[in-house]
Amino acid sequence: MAVYAALLYLPEGSDSMMPEVRKEHGVFGAAASEVIRGAVALYPTGSATTITVAGGPGGDVMVTDGPYAEAKEILIGLYLIEAADLDEAIGWAARIPTAWRGKVELRPVRPIGGGAS
Amino acid sequence: MTPEEQLAETIRREGARVLATLIRTLGSLQLAEDAVQDAAVAALQTWPRDGIPGDPRAWLAVTARHKAYDALRREAVRPGKELASAGGVAPVVPDPVPEVLELVEPDSVVRDDQLRLVFTCCHPALAREAQVALALRTLAGLDVAAIARGFLVPEATMAKRLTRARQKIAQARIPYRVPSDAELPARLASVLAVVHLIATESHAPSAGEQVTRVDLEAEAARLARLLAELMPGEPEVLSLLALLLFTAARRPARVDVAGDPVPLADQDRSRWDHAAIGEASALLAEAVRRSQGVAGSYQLQAHLSACHSTAQAYRDTDWDRIVTLYDLLLSRSANPAVALNRAVAVGERDGPAAGLAALDAITGMTRSHLWHAGRAEALRGLGRTGQAREALRQALELAPTAPERRLLTRRLTEMSPP
Repeated sequence: MAVYAALLYLPEGSDSMMPEVRKEHGVFGAAASEVIRGAVALYPTGSATTITVAGGPGGDVMVTDGPYAEAKEILIGLYLIEAADLDEAIGWAARIPTAWRGKVELRPVRPIGGGAS
Repeated sequence: MTPEEQLAETIRREGARVLATLIRTLGSLQLAEDAVQDAAVAALQTWPRDGIPGDPRAWLAVTARHKAYDALRREAVRPGKELASAGGVAPVVPDPVPEVLELVEPDSVVRDDQLRLVFTCCHPALAREAQVALALRTLAGLDVAAIARGFLVPEATMAKRLTRARQKIAQARIPYRVPSDAELPARLASVLAVVHLIATESHAPSAGEQVTRVDLEAEAARLARLLAELMPGEPEVLSLLALLLFTAARRPARVDVAGDPVPLADQDRSRWDHAAIGEASALLAEAVRRSQGVAGSYQLQAHLSACHSTAQAYRDTDWDRIVTLYDLLLSRSANPAVALNRAVAVGERDGPAAGLAALDAITGMTRSHLWHAGRAEALRGLGRTGQAREALRQALELAPTAPERRLLTRRLTEMSPP
C-alpha cells in the first residue's frame, strides 16, 4: 500500500465553503471514509504567512505576508501544527528544515462542521 | 482650536484608547472598531448639546461597551449568521452584569492595551501597507476616508485593505500581545518602520500636486509621540520622534507662497519652528544617553537632521560630520538613497568635482530625478553648463510631482545662456 497526498486547488476567490460544495465533500468523505487518513480545510490565501530562515538552523527568521507562489519551488509535503497563535506557529515553522532550504508557508486551518466558520 | 475641533480631537484621542482595551476584551478588531465608531457618533450628537463630559474616556468606554453587547446580541439571534469579517470563533454572549459594562479601566491598563495594539498592527505577517493603514485607523483614530486621502487611493480600496488586514489577524490568529524580550528588537523595528514610512510619504508624496500633505506628517509625529509615551526607555523610539520633529520644524520654510519646494540652502531659517527643534534636540540627547554608545539607525538620522536644523545658516552646516554620519548609516546597510545624500554632502564639503565623482560611483540611480538633479548641480559648479542642463532635463523627465517639476524648470531657466 502507498499513501498519497491529494492537494486541492480552486481558482482564487471561489467559495470553498458553499453549502453545495460542503455537501459534495460530505458525499466524497462518506464514500472514501476507509482510505482517508486526514483532511483539513484552509482559510483563503489572504491569511497565509511565509517564513524563511537565513543561513541555516537558528538563522534570522524572515516573516512575510501572503502565500508562497513561485514556479521555481515545488510542494514537497506538509506538517499539521497545533499552536496557540501565529507567533507560536512561526516559532515551529522556523525550525522545519525546509525553512532554510526553501520556504514554509503557514495557512491557518478553518474549522469544518458546525455553523460558524 | 475651535470648540468643534477640540471636541472632535477629544473623541478621536480617547476613542483610540477605548478601542485598544475593547479589542482585548472582545477579541475582535472589527467588533471593537464598530462599537467605538458608534460611540463616537453618539458623542458627536450629544456632547455639543450637553457639553464634553468630565471624563470623556469613561463616557466613550461605557457607551462603546453597550454598543458592542447590543451588536453581539443582534448577531446571536440571527441563526446561522457568522461574524464574517470578525472571523474566528463566534463569541459567547453572556448577559453582562451592570458593573462590567460600567467599568472604567485605569490608565495603566489602557497603556498596556495600546502597546499590544501597536505590535498587532505592525506584525510582520501583515503587508507593510496593511500595517500602515491599521496603525492610522486604530492607533491614530483616523477614519477610512482620511487615510485614503492621505495615500491618494479611493476610499473603497482603503476600506478593502483594512478589511483584509482584520481578516488576516482573525484567521491567522495574530496575537494581541507585546512580544517577548527576545523578539522585541525585530518587532520594534517593524513598528518604527511603519511610523517612519507614514512620515516620509508626507515629505515626498510619490504622486500628486502638493509638496507636503500636512496630515500624514502630523499623524506620524502623533504616532511617534504615542510610542514614546508607551516605551520611554527605547532610544530608537525617542530618536524617531526627534527625527520627525526636526523635519516638521522646517515645514514653514519648506514651500514658498506658490506652493513650490524651497531647497534647504534657500530656506528662511527664521521661519523654522525653533521650539520644536529645541524639543527634538532634548529628545535626541536623551536617546544618546539611553543607547549606551550604540547608535541605532534612527539616532544617526536624527543626528543628521539636527546638523541641518541647528546650523545658523546653510554655509555653517557641518558637512564633515554629515558625511561621517552617512558613512555610518551606509556601513549598516547599503541604500542608494543614503549614498545619494552622502554624495551631495561630499560635494558641499570637498567641492563639485568630488561630489560628481561620488554621485557617479552610485549604481542603479539613473531612474532617480534626485540623482540627475544632484549631478546637474555638481556639473554647474564645475562650469560644465551644457552637461548640467542635460542632467536637469533628465531630472525633469523623471520628477514625480508637479511642484518638483516647476522647481527644476526654474533651475533650467536660470541656467540657460543669456
